[in-house]
Amino acid sequence: MQEQDIRGLIEDVRTGHLPRRSFIQQMVGVGLTAPMASMLLMHAGVANAQTALPYKPTRRGGGGTLKLLWWQGPVHLNPHWATGTKEQEGSRMFYEPLAGWDPDGNLYPVLAAEIPSRENGGLSADGRSVTWKLKRGVTWHDGQPFTADDVVFNWEFIKDPATSSSLIATYRDIQVVKVDSHTVRVTFPKPSPFWAEPFVGTSGMMIPKHLFAPYIGAKSREAPMNMAPVGTGPYKFLDFKPGDMLRGTAYANYHIPNRPHFDAIEMKGGGDAVSAARAVLQTGEYDYAWNLQVEDEILKRLENGGKGKVTITSGANIEFIQLNPTDPWNEVEGERASIKSRHPAFSDPAVRQAMSLLVDRKAVEDFIYGRTGVATANFLNNPPRFRSPNMKFEFNIDKANKVLDDAGWKRGAGGIREKGGTRLKFVYQTSVNQPRQKTQAIVKDACAKAGIDLELKSVTAAVFFGGDFANPDTYQKFWCDMQMFTTTMTQPDPQVFMEQYCSWVIAQKDNKWAKRNILRWVNADYDAAHRAAQAELDPVKRAALFIRMNDLVCSSNHIIPVVFRPRPSAAGTKLVAPLSGWDNDLWALPHWYKEA
Amino acid sequence: MGAYHLRRLLIAVPSLLGISVVLFTVLALAPGDPFEELATNPNVPPEVRLALRAQLGLDDPVWQRYWHWLTSMLQGDWGFSFVSRIDVDTLILQRLPVTLAVIGASQVLALLVALPVGILAAVRPYSWFDRIASTIAFVGFSLPTFFTGLLLILLFSIHLGWLPFVFKADIEATGWAWWWEHIKQSIMPVTVLGLFQGATWMRYVRSAVLDVIRLDYVTTARSKGLAEKVVVTKHVVRNALIPVVTLVALQMPSVFGGAIVTEQIFRIPGIGSLLIDAILRNDTPVIMAVTFVFSILVIFFNLVADVLYGWLDPRISYR
Repeated sequence: MQEQDIRGLIEDVRTGHLPRRSFIQQMVGVGLTAPMASMLLMHAGVANAQTALPYKPTRRGGGGTLKLLWWQGPVHLNPHWATGTKEQEGSRMFYEPLAGWDPDGNLYPVLAAEIPSRENGGLSADGRSVTWKLKRGVTWHDGQPFTADDVVFNWEFIKDPATSSSLIATYRDIQVVKVDSHTVRVTFPKPSPFWAEPFVGTSGMMIPKHLFAPYIGAKSREAPMNMAPVGTGPYKFLDFKPGDMLRGTAYANYHIPNRPHFDAIEMKGGGDAVSAARAVLQTGEYDYAWNLQVEDEILKRLENGGKGKVTITSGANIEFIQLNPTDPWNEVEGERASIKSRHPAFSDPAVRQAMSLLVDRKAVEDFIYGRTGVATANFLNNPPRFRSPNMKFEFNIDKANKVLDDAGWKRGAGGIREKGGTRLKFVYQTSVNQPRQKTQAIVKDACAKAGIDLELKSVTAAVFFGGDFANPDTYQKFWCDMQMFTTTMTQPDPQVFMEQYCSWVIAQKDNKWAKRNILRWVNADYDAAHRAAQAELDPVKRAALFIRMNDLVCSSNHIIPVVFRPRPSAAGTKLVAPLSGWDNDLWALPHWYKEA
Repeated sequence: MGAYHLRRLLIAVPSLLGISVVLFTVLALAPGDPFEELATNPNVPPEVRLALRAQLGLDDPVWQRYWHWLTSMLQGDWGFSFVSRIDVDTLILQRLPVTLAVIGASQVLALLVALPVGILAAVRPYSWFDRIASTIAFVGFSLPTFFTGLLLILLFSIHLGWLPFVFKADIEATGWAWWWEHIKQSIMPVTVLGLFQGATWMRYVRSAVLDVIRLDYVTTARSKGLAEKVVVTKHVVRNALIPVVTLVALQMPSVFGGAIVTEQIFRIPGIGSLLIDAILRNDTPVIMAVTFVFSILVIFFNLVADVLYGWLDPRISYR
């Protein structure tokens, strides 16, 4: 898919020949995200589609208590230091951003009166500023009005390095000024095609200035509101026991009429995913459970009770295998897996191609993950109906054998191939997680038939993902030949996500393996494309660059995408809860209701 | 006896200090840090994480951190959780009532089951009752609590739908309704734990009673014409239970520690699950506080067990 093709498709949408939805799905098929595709259209002047969220109740309240089961319970309620989605979700019960992302990647206004665009003057022609008009009549739970001062305060709060906010990268370089009581303008240092990052979705929840003002900077962690939030959301805070139970009651002056439907809300934490699924699908004790990392077979069996259904929401998480380009077994200048070394086997593209042919993605999807893992050849997401024309996956043991034979890897002792003294014997590591161990077994089996011996290693998740630089088994160290895990895209824009293959962020001993390119892959074309994408003003050219980056890294075979991981969650049959893969599960919480 | 108690109490102080040093060192040497989630989040620049570590004093040398902790602890300040910034004593007190209620109830149930069954089994050794009770006891303490817990959940919650299996610490109801709700949700965890504990104790009670019942003074009592019931309760049980009392006293600290597996299965917000969560998140202040209180209780109950033993059995004297 080239830039010209994308422009052609945009024109088709503008003239009405191509439905907006199809365009977005095609863009997702070649590796972009839905929000990015939607921004492409907006930049070209195609009006933002407004999603209509279904809502039947005609008055506020009367729905009883909404019971949510989050098997990892939040431990604090400040969205600006949330390191994981559980705190974001807990905060989303009380706080709201200016806009959210709907499942198709469109912007959905919450505290904003409308979505900025060229037509309404919200987006400047030079792409350097956005003007947000705020909704009038919105009040905080303590009755104070929500105004532009609050928006500016949120920016000041997050950008202060003493606050140590996890969102600082988004807010550090922008300028936010108050234009009038209900208008703010955000200015970017350079023209930004993806302007909808600050104040939107998971990184945009608004905290009140009049309460947090004395707690800016280093004192932010002492604010009592971190445990007792006051927001603009549909529910008012009632009680919080960290890791255990979070409760709220309906806010009578909520700014959208007839909402919320429920009188009270509870979020219980703790336990494991399977029993959470049971509590919703079998006993009906809870109405909704999140992030069910459970095998699909079990989920299907639980659904048979008829009390609930499992919803699979597409996001951009991908389970994939990395083949180490460096040598993890020999030290160079005191460092293992140093970029100065080369892997004796994986530096041969034929070996990598063979490995890619030996991963039976279809079997992994069918027998292990089911609906929760969709076989893919792309590193950036890939729904089943729209395969990228560029990357295909194949499982073919005979072909792998042929590739290896042609490259000179002959079978030696014990049937293991070797060439020039190097044997195709690898250590393959991942975290302790039943579906992953099963995947490892499938791959090992196929490799054995091609003369490759795999030693399987599993490391407990808290250590594997822990980032402790003293521990040899972390995935950042990558002190083995191959590893497998899921990487998540936390923002709708792929720029940060794709930076993990750039050569300037290679993880090494001198930066304590804290940088993101743990694969240690170096490719000049990829670097050039990423640099170009950072500076590119035209979003269509930029999208084409990301597609090229995806193709570069996937065709190198240093990464072997296995399955794309949508998020499964369970809801009771009567609960209507619109979900979005680009935002928190609770992004549309005010609109949740139970059918009679 | 006064001198003995005083000596024991005085020895307890250096023991506790020693325990705290070992605990703190182990935690400091263990891999992982409380902000590791920040390490894997691509949006968080490394400076943010390093700033947080410096703020909380995580980069100071171990002995400095230990000294800081010790002096604060002695002044009554137990510190705050690295992750949630809540005071540790608030966290513990939040979870204490539930822990005492559920785990305490299970210990009481265990006693109520173990005592009569053990005594009856020993009074009629190798009878049908004894054989069945012993077999059930063996099965009971061999099956892990997560297995029996899951079985009970599958039977009572899912199949029959009688009992809820997710524990709620706050129930909005008053009077009888409140008690009824609590009982319904506590029956399964209390049973799981109580029967597990009771199975072990039943075997102890049985062997203790068996030891005593063949002694001469019991035969004398019987030949004096006393009713069997009186012989058993007044003579046998009193003597047999001395080692059992010691055992129960030594088990008391575990009520505070909770039952981690059961708490996980039933989602009971007890101190056990607080400890496990804190360990997994490398939340040092919480781990130190909970394990330190646990060690104080262990030392205290050891002393209690010794004193009780000496009081119940006049043959024992301490110098």
